[in-house]
Amino acid sequence: MKPSTKDQATSFLFVLPALLLFIVFSLYPFYKVFQLSCFDWDGISRAMRFVGLGNYLEVLTQNKPYWISFKNAAYITLLALTLQNALALGLAWAVDRNIRGGHIYRVIFYLPPILSGIVVGFIWNWIFDGNYGLLNHVLAQIGLGSWSRAWLADPKTALLGVAIIHMWKGFGWGFIILLAGLQNIPRELYESAKVDGASETTVFWRITVPMMVPVFVLVSILTILGTMQIYDLIVSTTGGGPGYNTEVPMTRLVAVMLGEGRLGYACSMGVLFGLLLLFLSMVQMRLGKKLEKD
Amino acid sequence: MSDIFRDVRWQGRVKSSVTHALLILVSATCLFPLIWMFVSSLKTQQTIFSDMSLIPAHAHWENFALAWTKGHFGVYFLNSLFYTVSVVGGVLLIASLAAYAFARLEFPAKKTIYTLFLATMMIPVPGAFIALYVLLIKLGLVNTRLGYILPQVNGGLPLGIFLLTTFFRKLPKDLEDAARVDGCNKFQVYYKVALPLAKPAIAVLTIFTALGVWNEYLLAMLVLSDQKLMPLQRGFMVFQGAHITQYPLLMAAMTISVVPIIAVYILMQRHIISGITSGALKM
Repeated sequence: MKPSTKDQATSFLFVLPALLLFIVFSLYPFYKVFQLSCFDWDGISRAMRFVGLGNYLEVLTQNKPYWISFKNAAYITLLALTLQNALALGLAWAVDRNIRGGHIYRVIFYLPPILSGIVVGFIWNWIFDGNYGLLNHVLAQIGLGSWSRAWLADPKTALLGVAIIHMWKGFGWGFIILLAGLQNIPRELYESAKVDGASETTVFWRITVPMMVPVFVLVSILTILGTMQIYDLIVSTTGGGPGYNTEVPMTRLVAVMLGEGRLGYACSMGVLFGLLLLFLSMVQMRLGKKLEKD
Repeated sequence: MSDIFRDVRWQGRVKSSVTHALLILVSATCLFPLIWMFVSSLKTQQTIFSDMSLIPAHAHWENFALAWTKGHFGVYFLNSLFYTVSVVGGVLLIASLAAYAFARLEFPAKKTIYTLFLATMMIPVPGAFIALYVLLIKLGLVNTRLGYILPQVNGGLPLGIFLLTTFFRKLPKDLEDAARVDGCNKFQVYYKVALPLAKPAIAVLTIFTALGVWNEYLLAMLVLSDQKLMPLQRGFMVFQGAHITQYPLLMAAMTISVVPIIAVYILMQRHIISGITSGALKM
């Protein structure tokens, strides 16, 4: 029985508030980003000059700081994909072995992810501080005082420092998802492998890893999307400095938008960035599908 | 034979203690920065950079009062609370209504609209905040509470609709049918029958939305320039910019901001963990 028109209309009222908000605050800005990206506009004046794809051309050819910022974010992302996720997997693997106190570890590891980037940044600023930092203090205590430096202000270590803070904040989240994935693997598979005399390493590579491919793909995609768009943590630690050493795409977008007042240009930067992220997650999904088949 | 057996057991014990040592080390790394923040909030400007002790000789609890009043963190804290409650309330109301319709009711273009909502969860638009800012200026919502709340309600909708629609679909229909027979209209069935049953999903959604609002910074930076309207995260940046040397007060304020999060987290951790895993693994 098909519902009457009146019935359908009242049903539609249920989604109307969500739809209105969505149109105003998601769909319209989405369209507007593309539109503005073709204009030279400061955001205030009435004069908007249409430049077609001129902004895009300028981003691609004359925006060196932006490309540096991509390189920096890619560096942090690469570390997060490898070190952070390997640590998360190792810990999840350990806790999945029915270890005592597994529940407590779970609670503790997920503490950093629930804190704000600003708070985490300010705490670590101080651990890495050149004059009063805890790290330098500890190094001096154990006789490595010569290693001490202003970790986040030194071009040699600033980006690595930020990456370490980011990974500290993020690994617990990967840990939770990976652990859930591990716990979804039927125990009988492990038991029958044990009966067949397989070593733990063999079990890991032959059973765990293949079963976990979809979860790995998901964690990788979310790690890439999250890390490439890192912002709060940079603002509260280095602000992008020293020089352009820790600039990331989001800090560049804000700098061009508010600092230089070039809104149209900033939109074109955002569109290119969005396309890149979309491309990366699609590549990941393809790769995952292929691995699953093999 | 028994020797070999003992050997294996001994090996297992070594393995498990190495594992525990590693897990404890990582736990300590997670906890230490937080403890350090709290300890530092009890020191003074004079001792904070020289006194590296974990238990300061004199605990300056007055730092908390000073941060609350002189540092304006009382205002920021109440603002954050207000924004969090408003956004969570808005998301729960609007998302649950829509989700119920997606799961149970019939109307034109239902599938298309649902897909649209989910698509915004998947497609990243890093420049959208620029256009959003332009829009808020046009609407006269810059530097208003509403201008900070509405975009965040909208931002919370996709996850909310996804979680709740999935949940409503799994509910047995019998109760709702019975309510219909008893003469309830659609809205009453949603409000009196379906919504109370959705408590677990609502708990998950509440926590994640609240965490997101409590920790939000970028939008607050763009939209709010009046100190009286700022939430905590924005307040930290302003305070840091203006009083670069008042570390104990900053640490005290940060401790104040973290306490509610950790309290809620510890009370609701089961929901949080099931939320991350069910949300993530089903995507």
